[in-house]
Amino acid sequence: MAEKKQEFTPGAVITEPGSSRKYKTGDWRVFRPVILQDKCIKCSICWQVCPDAAIRVDEKTGSYSVDYDYCKGCLMCVKQCPVKAIIQEVEVK
Amino acid sequence: MTKMVVEASHAIALGAKLCRPEVIPMYPITPQTHVVEDLAQMINDGELNAAMIDLESEHSAASAMIGAVAAGSRCFTATSSQGLALMFEMLPIISGMRLPGVMAVANRALSAPINIWNDHSDAVSARDQGWIQLWVESSQEAIDTVIQGFKISEDRNVQMPLMVCFDGFTLSHVFEPVDIPDQKQVDGFLPKFSPVFRLDTENPLTFGPISFPDSFMHFKKQQQEAMLNGLDVIKKANLDFKKAFGRGYGDGLIDLYRMDDAEYAVMGMGTLCGTARVAIDKLRAQGKKVGLVRLRSLRPFPAKEIQEAVKNLNALAVIDRHISLGQEGPLFTDARSAIYCNDISINGYIAGLGGRDITVKLFERVFKDLEEGKQKGAWLF
Repeated sequence: MAEKKQEFTPGAVITEPGSSRKYKTGDWRVFRPVILQDKCIKCSICWQVCPDAAIRVDEKTGSYSVDYDYCKGCLMCVKQCPVKAIIQEVEVK
Repeated sequence: MTKMVVEASHAIALGAKLCRPEVIPMYPITPQTHVVEDLAQMINDGELNAAMIDLESEHSAASAMIGAVAAGSRCFTATSSQGLALMFEMLPIISGMRLPGVMAVANRALSAPINIWNDHSDAVSARDQGWIQLWVESSQEAIDTVIQGFKISEDRNVQMPLMVCFDGFTLSHVFEPVDIPDQKQVDGFLPKFSPVFRLDTENPLTFGPISFPDSFMHFKKQQQEAMLNGLDVIKKANLDFKKAFGRGYGDGLIDLYRMDDAEYAVMGMGTLCGTARVAIDKLRAQGKKVGLVRLRSLRPFPAKEIQEAVKNLNALAVIDRHISLGQEGPLFTDARSAIYCNDISINGYIAGLGGRDITVKLFERVFKDLEEGKQKGAWLF
């Protein structure tokens, strides 16, 4: 039920595996977490606490970023960051 | 074909067996118990190759039905009264997931006060949940309707679960001579279950996902279309059954008795119609033009067929074996809505709650009311 063009199968059966990826829950967000790269100590706590697995790690640089396609804006990362390197901003669409 | 003297419960078990169910999730409850007891015996005796799942509640039995049918197996179960009430959460899930299957409901009053006897409050209360409901009058019709039931329910244009409603005790425990069809005949009538979708590790599918406000109504509309498709499919199943087995029940949706020149008629469901037939014969012998409209399919509701059947009547009485507390008999509500444009007087009567006898005398009283032009129904004690 993820895409704009919807197919109504009998009983709402989804015929394609992994279709939940297509449902971009990022548009639920009211507040957006923003990682300040110069303050970040790369401790990985935000990555650990994110309930939606929406924190990404760059394997080459080890830096952290937010996947805004799936981040619902719960701000758990903002609350848990030990060096206050993640700030919240109002989502503007 | 074998002729046997059996109770309706055993007839239903035999009917289910002939349909070769693969899974029978069940929980026993009076007066349905004999149905599942007989099926357990058949499995034990090696007559039936099915997985019987003896669960801890009806809630679980109905849940197991979801899994069994989603996995692609033909599934049969049975319940009654409080058992159906406990299944209620699953009823719209089974129909919403478009899982076909047959459940026999031995109709019994809902508590309180606790009462194990027949009325229609259990299944009629569940009428809005997307289950086709066929109501039977005899043991013969009970076995035949289980067989027709799978065919209707599994039809690609329907794909909705189906209840075979039969009166507790009044039918479930009453012995009658019944023609038991041969396995070969039933195999010819009822093809193997071939679901549109089924759970399969080789071809993964998601069953029962969330549907957001932008799609939910579309699925409900599909279900409504499927239920209305049921009207023709029920008629066809009845006709095909008649060709194969030599028996049918009206047009499949309604069953008329002495209606050709009738001026007054009663309408009802289940065994009370047998008593109505006796009363009608008695009154006909006195020269009174009376008849019966027996409703077989409560859902989908055959409004057009009812309009046609009653168009020449002066008055119609609807007998409900259930009351929608705070309103009136639900069958009366439906019937009145169906004949809204016909110029016919219609009265609603409440009768037979909690196993109270519905006698020939009561029908004579009802017909007297109609003849005298009384515009109001009553509780028939």
